[in-house]
Amino acid sequence: MSDLTVGDVVAEHTFSITRDSLVRYAGASGDFNSIHYRDDIAKSVGLPGVLAHGMLTMGLAVQPVIDWLGERGIVLEYQVRFTRPVLVDSTTGASVTVVAKIAATDEDSTRVDLTVTAADQTVLGKAQVRVSLT
Amino acid sequence: MVPVNPDIQGRVFAPTAPYLVGREKVREFARAVFSSSPLNFDVDAAITAGYTDIIAPPTFPVVVQEATLAQLLAEPDAGIDFTMVVHGEQRFSYTRPIVAGDELTATLTVTSVKTLGGNSMVTAESRIVDAGGSHVVTAISTLVVRGDV
Repeated sequence: MSDLTVGDVVAEHTFSITRDSLVRYAGASGDFNSIHYRDDIAKSVGLPGVLAHGMLTMGLAVQPVIDWLGERGIVLEYQVRFTRPVLVDSTTGASVTVVAKIAATDEDSTRVDLTVTAADQTVLGKAQVRVSLT
Repeated sequence: MVPVNPDIQGRVFAPTAPYLVGREKVREFARAVFSSSPLNFDVDAAITAGYTDIIAPPTFPVVVQEATLAQLLAEPDAGIDFTMVVHGEQRFSYTRPIVAGDELTATLTVTSVKTLGGNSMVTAESRIVDAGGSHVVTAISTLVVRGDV
């Protein structure tokens, strides 16, 4: 994959998350923390409202990279920092935008950095995917 | 407020009961994380790509890791109050993707306990192996345990 240059945007996608998405993720992951579906509970612990599961944000943020990768390689490492929560409004939901950019390449692997934003604010820090391209 | 017990650093927990990765569970999880990868849904596509069955999305190991974090929170002397825990960081380091049919066992090690301001940062590493004992993925979580609020 010598055609990759640091700084290249390889994938970009905006996901629309609704409360339904959170319920679906709760069931699929087994994380039934009620701050992810009940406003009253979220507010009682000092949150502005229902938040997306951090692991849902992490899980969807890598998908544009997976689509770009296809069958040409595998993921070696994936990491994120949860820097800001994603608020999911009961009627309008939330939009999460992912921009995936080549950050470094060497013989063994390629590092793709993700910029993940919701409501014009970055929600994941140090979001990095290291892939091996075959 | 009881602080997190620094003595849990270095503690290794008993391996979890084997987790059998079901094909429909993989599909359910893949839909939940907005995957559109045929390798997560289509058995034929996965076999063509060289796998024995569909593969799981990169964050699926969290489902297996969950049992280890439950062990940690239930540890009587750890001093971790579940209601005060915020997920700070997450990392996965893969040898191979998880494949439907895998029987996975996770072993938790507390690799670090740090105190920062009034908060504690606990890093927990779950090493996930298959039925043959071969490494599949290591899931590393950093939990922020809030002190006085």
